[in-house]
Amino acid sequence: MHFRTRAIHVGNEPDPATGAVVPPIHVTSTFVQPGAGQWGQFDYSRSGNPTRKALETTLADLESGCGALAFASGMAAIHCATLLLRPGDHILAGSDIYGGAYRLFHKIAAPAGIEVSLAPSSDLEAFQAAFRPNTRLVWIETPGNPLLSISDIAACAELAHRHGALLGVDNTLATPVLTRPLELGADIVMHSATKYLGGHSDLLGGALIVKAPELWKRLYFIQNATGAVMGPWEAFLCSRGLKTLEIRVTEQCRTAAGLAAYLAKDRRVARVLYPGLPNHPGHALAARQMHGQFGAMVSFEVAGDLEAAKRLVQSTKLFSLAVSLGAVESLIEQPALMSHASYDRADRLAHGIADGLVRLSVGLEHPEDLQADLDQALALAVP
Amino acid sequence: MSDSSNPWSNGSTTGFSTRAIHAGEDRLKPGFAMTDPIFCAATFTFANTQAVIDFVEQKQPREEYARYGNPTEKVLERKLAALDGGESAIVFGSGMAAVAAVLLAKLQSGDEVVLFDECYHRTRELSAKHLGKFGVVTHQIPACDYEAMEAAITPRTKLLISESPTNPHLSVVDIERFAAIGRRHGVETLIDATLATPYNVRPLEFGVDYVLHSCTKYLGGHNDLLAGVVIGSTEKLEPIRKLRGVLGMVCGPLNEYLLLRGLKTFELRMQRHNENGQAVAEFLASHPRIEKVYYPGLPSHRDFEVARRTMRGFGGLVTFLVKDASDEQTGRIVDALRIPRIGPSLGGAESLVEQPCHMSYHDFTPEQRRAVGIADNMIRLSCGLENAEDLIADLKQALDH
Repeated sequence: MHFRTRAIHVGNEPDPATGAVVPPIHVTSTFVQPGAGQWGQFDYSRSGNPTRKALETTLADLESGCGALAFASGMAAIHCATLLLRPGDHILAGSDIYGGAYRLFHKIAAPAGIEVSLAPSSDLEAFQAAFRPNTRLVWIETPGNPLLSISDIAACAELAHRHGALLGVDNTLATPVLTRPLELGADIVMHSATKYLGGHSDLLGGALIVKAPELWKRLYFIQNATGAVMGPWEAFLCSRGLKTLEIRVTEQCRTAAGLAAYLAKDRRVARVLYPGLPNHPGHALAARQMHGQFGAMVSFEVAGDLEAAKRLVQSTKLFSLAVSLGAVESLIEQPALMSHASYDRADRLAHGIADGLVRLSVGLEHPEDLQADLDQALALAVP
Repeated sequence: MSDSSNPWSNGSTTGFSTRAIHAGEDRLKPGFAMTDPIFCAATFTFANTQAVIDFVEQKQPREEYARYGNPTEKVLERKLAALDGGESAIVFGSGMAAVAAVLLAKLQSGDEVVLFDECYHRTRELSAKHLGKFGVVTHQIPACDYEAMEAAITPRTKLLISESPTNPHLSVVDIERFAAIGRRHGVETLIDATLATPYNVRPLEFGVDYVLHSCTKYLGGHNDLLAGVVIGSTEKLEPIRKLRGVLGMVCGPLNEYLLLRGLKTFELRMQRHNENGQAVAEFLASHPRIEKVYYPGLPSHRDFEVARRTMRGFGGLVTFLVKDASDEQTGRIVDALRIPRIGPSLGGAESLVEQPCHMSYHDFTPEQRRAVGIADNMIRLSCGLENAEDLIADLKQALDH
């Protein structure tokens, strides 16, 4: 069956007891057991919950994995993956990754004895040179955030495996509609389910999806032991969001491509970073790896300084000024002051996050309304 | 209450999806959250006695007790009114609660109602059987027979009612003509546009007085809530709103939130339902085992011209007759389908299928069913958001079974 049909039906079987077409929301902490020492399918909601399980079943199917785990947030999911490592192991991360992942690696994993280094995963030669004998986990994000660099997942998987490391891919920006990293050789796919999977700005969640049952068991053990699980209300809302995932993402990508083309022609814009534009360094790879679409995030540099970009993000009327992304409502933000403020400034500039950079998360509003809004805000920002 | 800083609150000049996402909402919400809060509150408190006095003397519009309204509901009502191009909306606990509220608020003993006989059968039952006990007279006219409808109007007629498209025959009312009959005779008109939705047709623009929806269907769109709404002018809705406050058929904040959430993807979902409905109808029309397909997007449909003139798309509901099939043979086709689940209702992400003679019309005698055009070999399919190719392949295997 096609992706869209599976997104609606897999993991969403009608309730066997009542026939309810939408499975019930199991708001329960614990489950009554058949006998002392005998365990039913579920025992305690940290270890498993039917509503969460339904979501995990759908996500595993959509990402072509053997199993999934749903977490309280995307960061909780990444943290779980880093707990696979032992002191002395090395994480090699792409340099164009979410600020929160950067912070987790450097401020939580490093003090626990994990070596951390960053290298551009979109430049395979430089990336390969950054491997160490103790590299055990490679972590990339593609498209990267906020520069929307594109990394070759199959090539990164090959590199990681040659060095005896696992490849984890943060697939939040691409979504399984556009890219399924496990099919390309990755070992772990991670999502901030808060973004496109949930899609409605109304839940926090994270997910890990894996290909190998052994790895799933190790991650499940860690999740159960550390407890950062997704609650049943969020799991229900996220499952509900998945039913429109493909149509939302497809439409949002189409609108984003139109806005990127518009910005690229505007003199008030210094440069546009969008993988769908032919001058983007990752364009050819993205065309191969993203099923003919390029995502719904658009970053661009205002022809002006930090203040001009600040005026722009504060002048839009339809785009809301907020971090996060992937929802039906369009958002705008300035990475230097917002999403990537947790980077050291020197690191931020070294990785190409200019003060005038603006990041758009394109929602489901009418494309002409969004373009008109950017137009009036640019007029105020760059007189 | 509506925030004038949100230009999308009533913007008929903006795109439909922009309106579905932003209309009715304040630009900056409580706590600066992206989404509107769910007010699970039975009652709303006052700072002091003077505040109570100010409220009852109407100096301070605000909430009082949740049966009269709650802030989540107000956002939803503004959004639904904006989508249908109406001034005001009232949300109810179900579509039938909305129908009941309109009829009870607008009719008194001795008044007459004229409705097309393909109206939702529970609406007809409510009007003819239940309101009949209180002296309301109901005239049922063959659907789309405008001359007969006009001829049935008397000085005591207070309301003309139709569903459009109708269920399950998908007859499409010429809403402009229907509204004109009402205006000519000084009778108010109501269209239940549940199957059309404001994406495909906006009856108020054709001059009807009230448009009504079971929001359980396409507006909610996820088969996970019950709700209803009536939309029209603030003045005309006022007695209905007061009656809801008395009878208490409110929707509840959790359902209202889910409905608001569903509306964010409303345009996309409708585009997909329209595409799937059209593709499935065309497939069925070309299949040798099918006797007849009821779908307003097919040129073979009686009301194709009216539908094409007045509707943007024709929805996801497709009704069809299986050639030379008994009740049991028809049931076997229903049972052989793998994607649509068997169940009443329509308009959700998941496709649903039913054999009307066993589902909606099971308590009719065979003669009664024949009289309303419900054949034993009739199947009603509500196409969801699945891939059209998957739905067609599934129908093909079930028909070839």
